[in-house]
Amino acid sequence: MFKGNFINNLPKIYGTYTGGFIVFIILMAIGEQAGMSAKVIGICFVAFTVLIYALIGYLSRTIQVDAYYLAGRQVPTVFNGMATAADWMSGASFVAMAGGIYFKGYGYMALLVGWTGGYVLVASLLAPYLRKFGCYTVPDFIGTRYGGNLARLSAVIVLTVASFTYVTAQINATGTIASVALDIPFNIAVYVGLASILMCSMLGGMRAVTWTQVAQYIVLIIAYLIPVFWISNKMGAGVFPHLMLADEVARIAELESQFGLGSVKNSAADLKQVPKGLSGITKAHAEVNTTPWKFISLAVCMMAGTASLPHVMMRYFTTPSVKAARRSVGWSLFFIFLLYSSAPMLATLSKLSLMDPNLATGIIGKSISEVQAIDWYQNWNQANLMFVSDFNGNGTLELNEFFMGGKAVVLATPEIAGLPYVISGLVAAGGMAAAMSTADGLVLAISNALSHDIYYKMINPKAETAKRLLIARVLLVLIGFAGATIAALEIQGILGSVIWAFDFAMSGLFFPLVLGVWWKRANAQGAVAGMLGGLAAGTAYLIAVRSGYPGFLDITQLTFGIVGSVVSLVLMVVVSLATKAPDAATQKMVDEVRVPSGKAILGRQH
Amino acid sequence: MSKQAQHWEKTRGLLFVTLAIWFVFSIGIFLFGAEMEASSIRPFGYPLSYYMTCQGSLGIFVILIFWFAGRQEKIDEEFGFSEREDG
Repeated sequence: MFKGNFINNLPKIYGTYTGGFIVFIILMAIGEQAGMSAKVIGICFVAFTVLIYALIGYLSRTIQVDAYYLAGRQVPTVFNGMATAADWMSGASFVAMAGGIYFKGYGYMALLVGWTGGYVLVASLLAPYLRKFGCYTVPDFIGTRYGGNLARLSAVIVLTVASFTYVTAQINATGTIASVALDIPFNIAVYVGLASILMCSMLGGMRAVTWTQVAQYIVLIIAYLIPVFWISNKMGAGVFPHLMLADEVARIAELESQFGLGSVKNSAADLKQVPKGLSGITKAHAEVNTTPWKFISLAVCMMAGTASLPHVMMRYFTTPSVKAARRSVGWSLFFIFLLYSSAPMLATLSKLSLMDPNLATGIIGKSISEVQAIDWYQNWNQANLMFVSDFNGNGTLELNEFFMGGKAVVLATPEIAGLPYVISGLVAAGGMAAAMSTADGLVLAISNALSHDIYYKMINPKAETAKRLLIARVLLVLIGFAGATIAALEIQGILGSVIWAFDFAMSGLFFPLVLGVWWKRANAQGAVAGMLGGLAAGTAYLIAVRSGYPGFLDITQLTFGIVGSVVSLVLMVVVSLATKAPDAATQKMVDEVRVPSGKAILGRQH
Repeated sequence: MSKQAQHWEKTRGLLFVTLAIWFVFSIGIFLFGAEMEASSIRPFGYPLSYYMTCQGSLGIFVILIFWFAGRQEKIDEEFGFSEREDG
């Protein structure tokens, strides 16, 4: 099945796979009617999909270097777009983003703009040129373009810091979903999640990750869109929610003022009773509720971070040509757009389901005891993701007396809106797919950088293929375990860690990557100063802000990448100009990179 | 000017146009969040600020990338720098 003209058969293979998955959903729905319990359905969904990914991972095993690092450079444009979309959309996008929008409204929608706008930078500034370069990893580009082990090592350091911050959040997300769906404790579920992640990537490297990511994209997009369309139609809000929810958005604003949003505040003593991590609605749903600078600075950080995150960039190394890399960025963003444009709609539908007293599902304004008797409330309350309390003692649930965890918005909405449980199982499988696919990409990015750039390029350039790939796999497992161990400590929420990762990547890598292509005069000394200086400045600012320093220019712990990248740019330009220009060979190499035709700078096997 | 320098000049020109459009829809319009919200332009009935953050800008980025890719391919062809497949 994976031999011969596998590439030509891709549409057929994934078409069959999608059909099979839909049949599976229907079977589960029939099972539910026949009396299968919610728990069994949840277990079936997660276990079945994870087993399929593991099977794909096994079938894609390889012992070739270019297949392990680059998927053989033969991934077609559209499929690479799907794989990138899955690689990109993590637990944060799938599970946490709609929740962020639900609670914070317009201010958080900066993430939508930032996480899509960044792809314009990827397409125009970087991806086609790095593809022409032919590198295996991002530090491979830095190391060859600037020359010298120090530049290579600095790039590996930035990559590791950013990607590792990111991967702990993803393993945390797989753990959360596995613990809810399989009903096991979180600190065991984290390792179950890890095992599934490793099964997908260990044997086949980039090749296995590519083909599992395509499969994961299909599951996650089906799992996100079905509930949005279903709830919208059930509520009578519109056949096509994306274009038809304007009245519902207006209705929420009406209800917000009716329920006294903003005028009724909870006392600190009341808030103490609320379990950690849960929040109530405190911001208006669609109103502009943040300063332009706050919105723009967050969007800018997410955009520059997108263009610097190695696990995304390396997906474009796998296309057959430079032209395909460029088009593939467009397809990636198209597939991402399908989910991102649905997230605010889901937040709207979810909020209205809970708030509107005219709907059977509305709980605000009902009596507290009535709400506490609802099945789904009891389940999610037990999972520590939902909480109500009668602060003012009037026996009725007010808007400021209902609290929910950010994760629950996506995971619990189908139940709240009264959809059959099979949809909740589907959503759990989708969240698992989103978190796993990103974790796979990240763990692979880190271990490839360590095995290719540190071990092969710096420590043992004579190593044989078999030994190189063995080292790569051992590192993969070690990094996965390290990530899971830290994830089990739960230091920062999912969305928070992900935003940090973008800021780290932007601080250290954005300008060294861009200037490597667009400024011939940039040299190794400048790049090293830019990478290490930028990372150090960004990290210092983050630590300072977290320990009470008020910061300047309203730059918060979510946007510290602005400080890091400005320092990085200044250092890089000043140090480059103060030291010798790169030699003629390097300048010629940059000229070569700038045109699509001709041989890649680095060969298929290197 | 060599063919390569001309090619790069055109490529750079395209980059500036692309980044200018990108700037307007990712940063420029959000300087005017409050004005957009008050605006009487309401796509599909949504407030303009809400619409642009959740669909408008996102969709424009998708179109922009495909447009950019097409233009760049033309520039590469014009100067004979298109690659043969398999690169």
